[in-house]
Amino acid sequence: MKKSTFIGTVAAATLAAGFAAAGTLDEVKAKGFLQCGVTTGLVGFAAADANGNWDGFDVAVCRAVAAAVLGDPQAVKFTPTTGKTRFTALASGEIDLLARNTTWTFSRDVDLKFTFVGVNYYDGQGFMVPKALGVSSAKDLDTATVCIQTGTTTELNLADFFRSNNISYEPVPIETNAEAQAQYLAGACDVYTTDASGLAATRATFENPGDHVVLPEIISKEPLGPLVRHGDDQWADIARWTLNALITAEELGITSANIKEAAMSAGDNPEINRLLGTEGNLGEMLGLSADWAKNAIAAGGNYGEIFERNIGEKTAIGISRGLNAQWTNGGLLYSPPFR
Amino acid sequence: MSKLSYVRTEMLPEQAPPVAQAGIVKWLRENLFSSIPNSILTLASLAFLYVILSHVLPWMFQSSWTANSLSECRSMIAAAYGEGTHGACWAVIRERFLQLVFGFYPAELYWRPIVAFILMLVALAPVLFDKLPRKMLWFSAIFPFLCFWLLWGGSIWVPIVALAGFVLGGVAYALIGAKFGNLPATIAAFLVPVLWWLLLANPVSNGLHSIIPLGLEAVESAKFGGFMLSVLIGITGIVMSLPIGVLLALGRQSDLLIVKAICVGFIEFIRGVPLITLLFVASVLLNYFLPPGTTFDIILRVIIMVTLFASAYMAEVIRGGLAALPKGQYEGADSLGLDFWQSTRLIIMPQALKISIPSIVSTFIGLFKDTVLVSIIGLLDPIGLTTNIRADAAWNGIIWELYGFIALVFFIFCFSMSRYSMYLERKLQTSH
Amino acid sequence: MSVITDPPQEGFRISQLLYDTRYRSMTIQIVALIGFLLAIGWLINNTLVNLAALGKPLGFGFLWEPAGYDINQRLIEYNSQMTNARAALVGVLNTLLVAVLGCITATILGVLIGVLRLSKNWLVSRLMTVYIEGFRNVPVLLWILMAMAIFIEVFPQPRDFRGEDPAATMKIFESVAITNRGVYLPGPIFNAGSGIVIAAFIASLAAIFFFGKWAKARQEQTGQILPTFWIKLAILIVPSLLIFFIMGKPIDLEIPAIKGFNFAGGIYMRNSLIALWLALSLYTAAFIAETVRSGIMAVSKGQSEAAAALGLRPGRIMNLVILPQALRVIIPPMISQYLNLTKNSSLAIAVGYMDITGTLGGITLNQTGREMECLIILMGIYLVISLTISTIMNWYNERVKLQER
Repeated sequence: MKKSTFIGTVAAATLAAGFAAAGTLDEVKAKGFLQCGVTTGLVGFAAADANGNWDGFDVAVCRAVAAAVLGDPQAVKFTPTTGKTRFTALASGEIDLLARNTTWTFSRDVDLKFTFVGVNYYDGQGFMVPKALGVSSAKDLDTATVCIQTGTTTELNLADFFRSNNISYEPVPIETNAEAQAQYLAGACDVYTTDASGLAATRATFENPGDHVVLPEIISKEPLGPLVRHGDDQWADIARWTLNALITAEELGITSANIKEAAMSAGDNPEINRLLGTEGNLGEMLGLSADWAKNAIAAGGNYGEIFERNIGEKTAIGISRGLNAQWTNGGLLYSPPFR
Repeated sequence: MSKLSYVRTEMLPEQAPPVAQAGIVKWLRENLFSSIPNSILTLASLAFLYVILSHVLPWMFQSSWTANSLSECRSMIAAAYGEGTHGACWAVIRERFLQLVFGFYPAELYWRPIVAFILMLVALAPVLFDKLPRKMLWFSAIFPFLCFWLLWGGSIWVPIVALAGFVLGGVAYALIGAKFGNLPATIAAFLVPVLWWLLLANPVSNGLHSIIPLGLEAVESAKFGGFMLSVLIGITGIVMSLPIGVLLALGRQSDLLIVKAICVGFIEFIRGVPLITLLFVASVLLNYFLPPGTTFDIILRVIIMVTLFASAYMAEVIRGGLAALPKGQYEGADSLGLDFWQSTRLIIMPQALKISIPSIVSTFIGLFKDTVLVSIIGLLDPIGLTTNIRADAAWNGIIWELYGFIALVFFIFCFSMSRYSMYLERKLQTSH
Repeated sequence: MSVITDPPQEGFRISQLLYDTRYRSMTIQIVALIGFLLAIGWLINNTLVNLAALGKPLGFGFLWEPAGYDINQRLIEYNSQMTNARAALVGVLNTLLVAVLGCITATILGVLIGVLRLSKNWLVSRLMTVYIEGFRNVPVLLWILMAMAIFIEVFPQPRDFRGEDPAATMKIFESVAITNRGVYLPGPIFNAGSGIVIAAFIASLAAIFFFGKWAKARQEQTGQILPTFWIKLAILIVPSLLIFFIMGKPIDLEIPAIKGFNFAGGIYMRNSLIALWLALSLYTAAFIAETVRSGIMAVSKGQSEAAAALGLRPGRIMNLVILPQALRVIIPPMISQYLNLTKNSSLAIAVGYMDITGTLGGITLNQTGREMECLIILMGIYLVISLTISTIMNWYNERVKLQER
């Protein structure tokens, strides 16, 4: 008699979410919230506090998209994904958007059939070693034991790097960041390698961050960005231009502080007017309300504000803008114009 | 003359036995030092015990229950017990206790899992102790729906409508059975609920909900975690695997070649692969098997796979119970003119299940322990939560306290269950 | 006079399929088969539709593409340019390695503990009870994680072995280094002429086997018992040692020495292997101990009393009377314990041991995104291993059974 818990639950939990769903936008609007895939926990990028509230750099992208689509940055539900489950979760329609420091690569874009909507963080794989080891370059790491967090492009980059430099090493694959950290701190491996941003975030949680250095070599390009399913161009456009709106807002000097004022009425700068919907009909073209970009920016501020609040130099993680500065400041952030 | 006596008239006072033959010394001699090898063994064991306890006990008791972070705890211990003392930081357990038990379940709704747990004990009682009134079994039958509703919340009509499917099935069986006989009735009893669930259940429950909106605040399964999740997966797995296991066991015993082959294939396949691969299937593949457009959340998918896993083991347990029944029972049932289903339902299964209860309990213990594997696919069971807690800057680097606590809780659960199954085994033995 | 009449010939009616017991079972089976095939077909169809919608048609071509990642523990030659299939093979061998090692130690420990639990020594039997209950009632994953944590937290880093006044030293004549990355053991180096020594060793093994047979035959004929253990030991050691010295010590021991960041030389057993091996054997040993205990208890007391009445010594009673009988009870549950151990070895993924779940079901799956194909192969491999073990063990079980008279 008891097997019907299952059937009852199934009946309750069966959600409509297509594999090759066209119209993700309509679905999100219908269910009233955005289902966003994030990491299982990386300080500064996506982490849940003791009450289960998510916060972080990647989370802010989810909130901005939710604000653009639904007008409410809190209308997001988060699905923690591992390196193994993230792509299936997106492909199967379990989540609408994957914002989980995922590297944009050819095969993921083309072979796995996803659409990367842009880059929200330019990263690269780096190495962290204890200062006491006296290593100043990754080329000195012959015979070292290297802890790797699995499920990313890290293993492949590492194999390529050591192979091309003809250095021998001992890889130790580890599933979670917490475990890798424990092994590294206990000296079970000499080096910890993952994306430089992840290294900085990890180092920030150490008791004595000063005892560890991140080596200068960056052995790979890791453009991290949010991605959506292939084949739903409207939804991809929404995610892409929400991200671009955040970047453009910084470039144009729109912040969460002055956005209310700027959005009140059309000002002198036509691009700001177009962006905030006081002029033209960009929102309508996307299938959203006219104030979509205003909502997205108001949710957590512009790109620069999000960066500074979550991972910037004033936080414990302390990452400088570097490549992630605006193109006007010598960085790589360059949003196409809102026109 | 009368004074003369050849036999002592009064007894001598009783003497204490020689020291070596009495009390603690005798016990020691007999039990610990009866021979040279035995003495060596005893001494070796004592040395072993000393080494272990001299390390573990100070660690356990020179501890801190009040600190708010690992570094604070270390300095508190150093202040209280001297520099260089390694003490346990039980404070992490104090701080995260509720999280380890309930996961991220909303704090103001903790009463719901607690009530569900107490009701579960009530529902299990008539199954486990046969002295209780049989009418309580009705509550056990309703309990799964109640539990589902309490934990997940939402409209009360969903579980009621799902339950109605079974009632409809029963009604169809009775009505059609009276008119057309057994076989069409069985088919109807199977088809009617399935059609009900597939076609009507959703609109009906929605309709009822719009008329009488009665329900609890919904809680999404992503918030489930901790021991609550382990117990939920373990209990649901074992309860739902029981009917499937019975069918599989009957199929494996049956004379119908094809049915038998299907059942054997299924059982051997499931028993031949590790649970973790089935959990991988749940986490990355299950959605592919379903029609485009259906998704379950991950906890449901895990429960489905765990149920399949448990039902293969359950089938073997019940097969053991069936094999242990004397042949006379089968023949007796045949001679009464009962058909297969009647004899199974009325004669064979009640006895076979009763014999199997100890093994079912040990299957459950195994399954309950195996629920920690869900941490590997990223669910927040107690072990998954340790990763989460260690990712917090305050508790970065804490291991033993968490593992020790989780191990202790599992030990208490499993040990008491195994004692219960031994008690049952003894009871069943004497009843023969 | 009786007239034999044929039973009335009836035509076959459709309703007979349901109501005639001769046909009914056939009908049910065919319906079941059709239902089963339909269900399978439905699942496969869904899968294909879904995969096609994703643009990922089922294909195993990725197995022959370069894997691109390195594996630390490899029993066969492997580098990152070799194929995914090769990486999977490395993983299979690692799985088998830990499973075999685990089964051997679990059996030894389990038998020892099971026998000790029946010991008359109160303290020892209590200790063993605590061991058995403690290990059985806590999830094996927790034991694996704890074993790994002990390794990482308790033992020194290789770095500590360096310098004038090192914080840690090598054990056993400076030949074994226990670090938190694993244990470095001295390894043999085979120089010219070592082949002869090995050949001599193998020859002595064969000699021991034949000697054992001969001694048994002799015992059965004459009743005399030779001190076979000591003779066997002598055969094992003496000739090999003699030849070893005659050939001028062709086999050297390579002592691990610190070089760069790690020790080099000798045999390196990684902490992940040891943690997994240790945890699996300790956990399974608790179950085997219970099996052994109940097996021994199942032999009736009269057997050991009768053996004692014949004048056998306690050791011989155990060897010749109790164990052979207990084995029949012990072996079937023991088989399932071996199976469980092998399946539990898939938890290697929790400590980063690169078994088949770690290579094919882990990194290859992540890098290629071929979940369906990888998991099908993964399950297939485990199924083959499981079925092989149970076939071998069942065959052995049959052999033990046949001796029943």
